[in-house]
Amino acid sequence: MTLGVLIGLFVVWQLWWTDVAAGQEQAQAVADLGWEEPVTVPEPVERTDAPPVLEEPEELTTFATLQVPRWGEDYVQPITQGVGQDVLDHLGVGHYPGTAMPGGVGNHAVAAHRVTYGKPFNRVAELELGDPLVVRTEDTWYVYRVTSTEIVLPHQVEVIAPVPGEPEAVPTERRMTLTTCHPMFSAEERFIVHAELDHWMPVADGTPAALDGGA
Amino acid sequence: MYGWLWRALPGPTPVRALLVAVLALGVVAACFTWVFPAIAPLMPFNDITVD
Repeated sequence: MTLGVLIGLFVVWQLWWTDVAAGQEQAQAVADLGWEEPVTVPEPVERTDAPPVLEEPEELTTFATLQVPRWGEDYVQPITQGVGQDVLDHLGVGHYPGTAMPGGVGNHAVAAHRVTYGKPFNRVAELELGDPLVVRTEDTWYVYRVTSTEIVLPHQVEVIAPVPGEPEAVPTERRMTLTTCHPMFSAEERFIVHAELDHWMPVADGTPAALDGGA
Repeated sequence: MYGWLWRALPGPTPVRALLVAVLALGVVAACFTWVFPAIAPLMPFNDITVD
């Protein structure tokens, strides 16, 4: 009986408490950035020239946020350097070290849980082609659009290569890739979302239309 | 299984019941804080990265 109760408690902890605890940590990480509120201008200029790209920060540093209108107007998650459990089980979205930074030529690859620990990528299967993924660093908005999704095996690291699927190729495009588990509550496979940079703008020059109900 | 615990606790029945509740809460707190986070990485469903 004792074992049964302990297993039950573990399930409660994993399915409920990790969401509560990690959800708070993730909201706190966004609040701790202390960035300027976005400004609204009538017709923000969407730029497609080469955007500014940050240097990779130290492990565990939160350097960007991710907003996905498809997952709700209020959805905002911190993006933190590293994909160890210290990042993913607490701070949510982790950036694969060595992959491109937001806006960079190559592949800005990030991972997050689909269930438990705040489940930042819970609704990943709802994404449709063309959906915006909006990354913000302190001074820049980067608006990516979903170009494809796929389900792969856990060892298929080529999905986060600078040119996804072509580990040897030299990148010319600015891409982003999300990785999470698949199916839910399993680690058998990985759900992958690829996106390409559509445009960018300085934070001081306005807020992407994708975030104000536009697409 | 827990008869020894009941007998070892002091005081009348309401006091013992309260003590049992406090001990149980302590065990739950310890599990949530230390035990479960330590064993979670060993579970087969927590991997989300490609490597």
